[in-house]
This record gives sequence, structure tokens and C-alpha cells, in this order.
Amino acid sequence: MKSLKRTAALAALLCLAACNRGMDPVAYHADGRPAKLSEWHVVEVRGGKLVLNQGVVPYDLNTPLFTDYAHKLRTVWMPKGESAKYNPTDSFDFPVGTVISKTFYYPKVAGGQKDDVARTYDSSKDFAGEGLDLANVRLIETRILVHRPDGWAAIPYLWNDNQSDADLARTGAVLPLTLVADDKSREDFNYVMPDESQCASCHAQDWVSRKVHPIGLKARHINRDYHYADGNENEIAHLMKVGYLTGAPAPAEAPRNANWQDQHASLNERARAYLDINCGHCHNPNGAANTTGLTLDISAPDDDRHMGMCKPPVAAGRGTGDHMFDIVPGKPDDSILPYRMNSAEPGEMMPEIGRSTVHKEGVELIKAWIAAQPGTCVTLR
Amino acid sequence: MRKLILTVAIGAVLAGCSGGEQPAAQSDADAAFNAKLQQQLLDAKPGTVIDIPAGHYSLKRGLSLRTDGVTIRGAGMDKTVLSFKGQVVGPEGLLVNASDFTIENLALEDTKGDALKINQGKNITIRGVRVEWTGGPKTTNGAYGLYPVKTQNVLIEDSVVIGASDAGIYVGQSHNIVVRRNRAEFNVAGIEIENSVNADVFENTATNNTGGILVFNMPNLSQAGKATRVFKNQVHDNNTGNFAAKGAAVASVPAGSGVVVNSNDKVEIFDNDVANHQTANVIISSYFSTNYYNAKGVAADYNPYPKGIYVYDNRFGPAGESPDGMKLKMLKTAVYGVSGKFPDVLWDGYADTKSMVNGKLPDDDRICIVGANGVLNADGPNDYKNPSTDTKPYECTLPKLPPVVLEPAPKA
Repeated sequence: MKSLKRTAALAALLCLAACNRGMDPVAYHADGRPAKLSEWHVVEVRGGKLVLNQGVVPYDLNTPLFTDYAHKLRTVWMPKGESAKYNPTDSFDFPVGTVISKTFYYPKVAGGQKDDVARTYDSSKDFAGEGLDLANVRLIETRILVHRPDGWAAIPYLWNDNQSDADLARTGAVLPLTLVADDKSREDFNYVMPDESQCASCHAQDWVSRKVHPIGLKARHINRDYHYADGNENEIAHLMKVGYLTGAPAPAEAPRNANWQDQHASLNERARAYLDINCGHCHNPNGAANTTGLTLDISAPDDDRHMGMCKPPVAAGRGTGDHMFDIVPGKPDDSILPYRMNSAEPGEMMPEIGRSTVHKEGVELIKAWIAAQPGTCVTLR
Repeated sequence: MRKLILTVAIGAVLAGCSGGEQPAAQSDADAAFNAKLQQQLLDAKPGTVIDIPAGHYSLKRGLSLRTDGVTIRGAGMDKTVLSFKGQVVGPEGLLVNASDFTIENLALEDTKGDALKINQGKNITIRGVRVEWTGGPKTTNGAYGLYPVKTQNVLIEDSVVIGASDAGIYVGQSHNIVVRRNRAEFNVAGIEIENSVNADVFENTATNNTGGILVFNMPNLSQAGKATRVFKNQVHDNNTGNFAAKGAAVASVPAGSGVVVNSNDKVEIFDNDVANHQTANVIISSYFSTNYYNAKGVAADYNPYPKGIYVYDNRFGPAGESPDGMKLKMLKTAVYGVSGKFPDVLWDGYADTKSMVNGKLPDDDRICIVGANGVLNADGPNDYKNPSTDTKPYECTLPKLPPVVLEPAPKA
């Protein structure tokens, strides 16, 4: 019965996804690393667009991780008849065979030079019908996360110059690009595509088990609407509808992180959501940064030393920026946290990888949040 | 394996041919080497030995390893040099999250951040590795040189670390540690054992650092450290001005410190040669003296007091003539006069009055000093108002700690 319903839903999707005609079905590779992204048949370039295959469901996050202002197209696909089990706090229990993709791209700059990319939050020109419009965007990399019998594997692909396909790039890459803002100001930077092992820096949220897991596909991140081809729908509800998810409550009952840019949400909710997705994958009780005593995932209580309030750093080295405490309530300019966010120096900056530029708007948010914290750090003797 | 070595050797030859002396630039050959080495780290399986032939390689990107049982081996700490002078990516030179790891006979130079970080893992051997920031001591140098954290069964031997802006050799939150026959020079902290349990630090030379050998406990961490033996070391002339960024734990260490114990328990310091320190040969202090202690940011169960500290049978040379910092200078003048000097041992005077019985600490918690030319209790709790030179309180002995046994024994 379930699979019947599922088939019907998929058929409906297929009909809407008109431009997918002619694509081979999504290929789950149970081992190895295909040399080309196209061998997965998850996303492919067709007719000047990057299109999604049948059954490949796109999603967005309430608050995404910052990656040098790159835009991201995220998708999930599961084998026929399979579905993930809902979990209120952790990533869903995905079946073996699940293929998640994340494509990093930038809007092009009108009249720009070869390596100019736009620094903008506006993604309205990115899409054309069913996919990304390659006339308007430049594809950089696509990361595949595939659930195999022995666990999740992260496989990175780098898009070629003529944007026809992406090549396996296990050791990553460094691309010199220039961010061009709306006011035409320019910022040169090295876009760094992580190597395969660095994928685990974020995706292995337990540093002892070292097991890689999806990050974004958690209830609190995807409890939001998405503009699907057939209209707006809550992502959790949509995954339930197409049969990719079981056991989820109504979206209103599920946890939801704030959208960091949503001015209607409280400053605290926005800041905590931002810290959760940008820092919590390492700064959680089991993560790589549990050596620091600083816990920034959403589970840490507010106004607590584990969030950094008056907490002396442990091994920040010169990353302290000559400041005494991670967070000095009311004093963002005396706090280590925004100092490290505001640096792009390896050895100083946080997060340690995943960006080469400063997320100015993110720094402003965290500074505003710290400025609003009550109390002081009175030194004891 | 043979094939792997061959391909790297070709890379090395190419790198040699490029010949340009532009340290910040990365030639195509170096870029290829960088990618190849990372590929080897990705492909490694338990038992893999990655041999890196002699050569000077410029790496732009930090490396990482997540497979157990891997050995990385160079041709010698002055022959195989991985230079990160032009590094654009990666907080470390090499990040390891794996067990049964050995790295030996090579050098890591000029990393932007930490040079070698090993985060979680058992049975770690670091042997004959040189870490150096070649521009001398600078605040802009990377923080830590050799940096195992949350590890067990760790051996660091015959290595050299120069120029770390925090600690040269830094073992944190670990168990069962042997640090021997290393040289630590021109770091803020030469060798630092932090929040670790069972460490033997011996036959090292720590010189020209801000502080020679440190045994610290920091708050808010998963474990409190205890049981460190510091013995048979050469600790001298650690007078380099403190160049750590403020806020770093070691930023509170006065220049001219030989061996420093801060808030740690059961520390035994014996049979060392400690000399020529402008502040003091030995400093015993509490977290209060770092000025980072505040009720909000420090776990309530954190114990800031050094307890069970036993200093005996060391050979102390001249020290204490020109302590670092205004407060210490004034203290010295007040107690010993303008031309006087601090004794070998300086204690900040913070004692855990709550654990005292009849005004005395339990025997095992005492500070016992044998064979020093004096002890100054600085009376930190009262802002140095009533310092004491009475050595009677330290006339005691403590049970000696057993040697650290690494099990399994590291592979030779």
C-alpha cells in the first residue's frame, strides 16, 4: 500500500519534471567512486540547465552553513520503496542507498571577468524552470553523500570549465575567485573545495566513532517551506508525502531553527540557529571541538559557560585576538567568538575550514547577540 | 607500496628541478606533491607506510588523516621538509584523527596554525619530528607545534620544536604520556602537559622559551590532570619575552620561568638541571594568578589549587634576578631588596583553605620542597601584602609516583 502511494507520488513528480525525460535513473553506487558526477544521474546538465532527476527531491535549510557566499542546491534521493525514519534531534535514519547531493554555485556577474562571482543573497535568477540556469550561474562543486552498508561516504566532484560535468576530486581544489558585491566592490579569495577527508571535519559529529552523517537533513533545519515545482510546501511534509520519510509529526510539532535573516524571529533564536549550523558540528559534546569545553549546538543552554559566557579559551592560541573570554556579555569587541569569525587567517579563524572570506552579516548578527547579553565577567581571586 | 614510494620520489625530483627559491609560491610540482600526499593519506589502510623522500616541499593546503595504523616517515628531520609558508588553507599542517599512528623523521615548517594536531586516538608515536617557525619567535606564528589532545599512550621523542606562539610540545586531556629527549626552544611554553593523567617528561632540553616546562590544569574540560613527573631535564635560560596572544593560557607565564605548575595535582619535579631564569626556576601557582578565573565562566567543580607538588634533588643554577612584570618586580624588591633575587621556588600562595584540617592541608596535598635555596610564598590572595620566606611549611616528602608504562609499547 505504502509503495503504491509512493509510486503515485513519484509519478506525479515525474510529470511535473518535464525536462528530466531521457535521463537514466539515479544510480546508487554501493562502492567505489565514479570518476564523473554524471555517473550518479542525480543532477545533470541538460539544455543549458542543471536539472534534477526523477525522484531527486530538493530542499533548503532554515539557516544554512556559510561557505564564502556560495549558493547551494541540496537534494536527496532514495531507492524505490525505501524511506528514512524521523528523528526529532539527529539526522534522520536514512536507508542504505540514500544519495544526498549538494551543489555549490555562484550567480554570475553581468559583464564580469572570468572568475568574477556575485556576492548576493538573491537567488531568484538562479533557477529556470526545473533547474539552475547556467546562463546565470557558475557551478563550482557537487558533493555526494551516499549511504552504503558500511556507512556514509563523502565524495567530492569539481565542475569542469565548460560546465558539462564534474570530475572526482578527492584531494579537493583551490580556485581563485573574485566576489563582486552589488555596489561593484571586489574581494579576491581562494574558494577551497575540501578534500575527502576534510568532509568528515563537519560530517563526523562524533570524533570517537568518526562516522560520517548528513548535517542538514535534520528536522530543525528543514522544517520550512520550499518552492517545489507544484507549489509551496513544508519540506518535512513533502518528504512524508513522497514517501521518503516516515514517523514525522505535523511540522508545527517538529523542532524548527530560525532563519538567521528573519527579522521577525528573536535575536537569540537567529543567533543560536546560526551558531548551531556553523559551529555545532564540531562544538558539540562529542565533536572535534569538545576539547575546548565550548558547546555551540542548539542543545546548549543559553547564558551558560558552555556557550562561551565568560569562558576562558583552552587552546585558541593566537585566535584569542588578545581577548580574555569567548564571550564577554555586552561586549562583542572584547569577545573571542566574533574575533575568530571575523578572521580569514588559517590558525585564527572559525570555523577552521569551509570558508576563506568573512561572513560579514553573520559576524554582525553574533555581535548584536553578544551586545544584548546581560551580566559581566568579574575576575575572581 | 613500492609504487607509492616511486611516485612520491618522482614528485621529489620534479620539486628539486623547479629550484626556485620563492618560499611562498607553490610550483606545479609542489602542488602535485601536495595532492599526491593527501591522496596517499586518503588511500592509506592500516599498516600503510607513507615514505616521503628527502626534499623541500612547499604545501599550500593542510593535510589530514583519518585511518588507523598509518606511519608517515621522512628521511630525517633536516632532510624531508614540508614547508607551509604559502599555506592558504587548513588550520593545521597535519590533522590526525586516528589511532596507532606514527610520524617520524621529517620536519613541518611555518604552518599558519598548529603544526601537527592529533585529536583523539590511541598509541601515538612522534619521533624525530622537527617543527619550526623559521622567522623566530613571533605572535603570528602558529600556536602549537606537536599537539596530541584526547589521546592515550603517547610517545614524543627525539623531536625539536622551535617558535610556537603558544606551546612547542603540548599534550592535552590525554592519558599515559612519555615525552623524552626532545628540544624545545623559542616557544612561549617549551613543553606543556595540560589536563593529562600519567605523564613522564624526561631528558628534554627546554631553553630560550618564555617558560621551560609547564604542567597546567584548565577549567571546563572533560578531565582534570594529575600525576606528572618532570625529571632529568635540562631547563635553562627560558627568558624570551612572552609573545603569546593575551587570553591564551600561557600568556600569563612570566618570562624567565623554568618549570611551572598551575592548578595541577601530584606533580613531581626531580633530578633536573634548572638554571638562569630571570623570574624563578620553579613556579607553583593557581588558576587565580592567571586572572581568567570568574564565577560565570568556570565550572563550579574546578579545582584551581596545585596539590601534592613535590620538588626534590634538582640542581638549581642562578635565577630570580629580574622577574617579569611590575608586580613581581615590586615583590622582589620589597622582600629581597633592589639587588636581591627570588629564591628557586616561587609559590603564589593560594591554598585550598576548605580542605584544611586544623589549619593544615592533608599530607598528600602539600607542597614539598627539598633542596632549593628557598621558597617565596607571594601571598597572592592578599595582593602580595604579606609574602613569606619561611621554608618550614614545605619541609616534607610525598609518595613517589610510579613510572609511566606505555602499553602496548611503541614500535621502534
